[in-house]
Amino acid sequence: MALDPVIAFAEVTKSFGSIDALDPIRLTIRKGEFVSLVGPSGCGKSTVLRLGSGLIEPTEGTVSRTSDNVGYIFQEPTLMPWRTVEQNVTFLGELDGMSRQEARRRADEVLSLVGLEEFRHHYPLALSGGMKMRTSIARSLLLDPDLFLFDEPFGALDQISRARLNAELCALFSERRFAALFVTHSVDEAVFLASRLLVMSKRPGRLVAEFEIPYPFPRQPEIRYEPEFAVLAGQVAAALAEAS
Amino acid sequence: MSDRVDETASASRLGLARIRELLGVAIPPALVALGIILLWYGITHFVLEPDRRFLLPPPHEIVQEGILDGEVLAEILGGLYRTAMVAGLGLVIAFALGFSMALVMSQAKWIERSLYPWAVVCQTVPILALVPLLGFWFGFGLMSRVTVCVIIALFPIIINSLTGLQGADPRLHDLLTLHNAGRWTRALKLQVPAARPLIFTGLRTSAGLSVIGAIVGDFFFGRGQPGLGILLDRYSRRLRSEELLAAVIAACLLGVVAFWIFGVLGRRAVGHWDPSWADEKKN
Ligand SMILES: Nc1ncnc2c1ncn2[C@@H]1O[C@H](COP(=O)(O)OP(=O)(O)O)[C@@H](O)[C@H]1O
Ligand SMILES: [Mg+2]
Repeated sequence: MALDPVIAFAEVTKSFGSIDALDPIRLTIRKGEFVSLVGPSGCGKSTVLRLGSGLIEPTEGTVSRTSDNVGYIFQEPTLMPWRTVEQNVTFLGELDGMSRQEARRRADEVLSLVGLEEFRHHYPLALSGGMKMRTSIARSLLLDPDLFLFDEPFGALDQISRARLNAELCALFSERRFAALFVTHSVDEAVFLASRLLVMSKRPGRLVAEFEIPYPFPRQPEIRYEPEFAVLAGQVAAALAEAS
Repeated sequence: MSDRVDETASASRLGLARIRELLGVAIPPALVALGIILLWYGITHFVLEPDRRFLLPPPHEIVQEGILDGEVLAEILGGLYRTAMVAGLGLVIAFALGFSMALVMSQAKWIERSLYPWAVVCQTVPILALVPLLGFWFGFGLMSRVTVCVIIALFPIIINSLTGLQGADPRLHDLLTLHNAGRWTRALKLQVPAARPLIFTGLRTSAGLSVIGAIVGDFFFGRGQPGLGILLDRYSRRLRSEELLAAVIAACLLGVVAFWIFGVLGRRAVGHWDPSWADEKKN
């Protein structure tokens, strides 16, 4: 079922002035694929995401997408503090000219999906870090994107919230089967979520290793404690250490 | 039923807590005021010899001659009213002008670079040097007085609005870019809402400055119907220290009220989401 490519990087490089951030990147992500990307900090992971979203243009090569419906989840929740949870979630609908009723209806749906119905009228000031990140994800979900780009979204959360959000995201992906490119520092998180995992070398970033993660979706959080999982995570960690 | 009883009980408990909180806020400054009044009496009676006592008459004489005397009170209230009008009008114009300038400046670096130095000039210009010129151009009436207020109050509004408009989270800008938002949408949905806390900070500062501008302008133009500035000048020339001090107190009250009004407005407008405005005691 993983067939239609949603995004393809063809020999893409990026330089900022005299700094080469990326060596040529070749990467295709298909619908229903969850690709995790790990690499040392400063190696160009965010740059790959920004290229993928179209926020920046490649220096060489091309990025092609079959859909413009892209959800971008930043490192921080990046909510508008002057809007309530619900108003934050309907924001992209407003920008894209969705009718108010339709935006409301979808907001109901995605808020219940992320378990925030009761907090819809709260301001972000009153929310925990995990709830803010759920709101941020709900905001992107409103438009039901074909491609999700995640830039270390759970890095600022405590371990318990992080594990919960991992499980929730995995369930969400199992249900919706979008295409995802997920950048993280955490090997454990990367393996748990991914159908495919890429390791990037230090700057200029290059894809140096690739792992298939064979667990079927939906996944239970307990797979983390299975021996095969530990073996895989160990291999990824070794590749990452070599790349750093 | 029992729920309702509980609710009223907790409501009255809340009311009590509220009163206690207000007392906590009110009592310390009231004690300071009491201390100042005692010190004042001390100076009048023990430091100043009787023939120099007119320099600082005791508080009750100020109340008697500056506030209980109907004629003087009417004069001071009239001056207060005219000065408040001038300051208010000046502030409204300064806001309209300053906010528009900041909005335009926030749209492009080159506009900011072209206008910023002139905003600084209006901040640093010695206003007294301009007073004769303004009188020359606009006469000695309302127009010149309001112009002084605008010049004095403009800079904090420009600089706070501009900082606010430029301070929106760059990732939110990215989000709008990803969804093809135009300049207008960006300003309306992101920059202006994000700038509101600082806009109110600017307004609060400028409200006080506008009051100062109205008094200074009145003082130096010296003609027309008297505002507080003319009254201050008149009383001091005539060595009427009771009236003078009453007018000074009126001027201080006006400044405090101006500051307080924008404190309340700011807290109402953005206190529910902006941490710096949420803290009640600071405002
Ligand atoms: N806008 C920019 N201008 C100049 N250099 C940049 C810019 N964005 C990223 N870089 C550089 O490119 C490299 C990769 O950055 P980034 O993609 O943010 O790394 P990562 O997300 O893996 O930590 C870094 O060395 C960074 O300094
Ligand atoms: Mg990064």
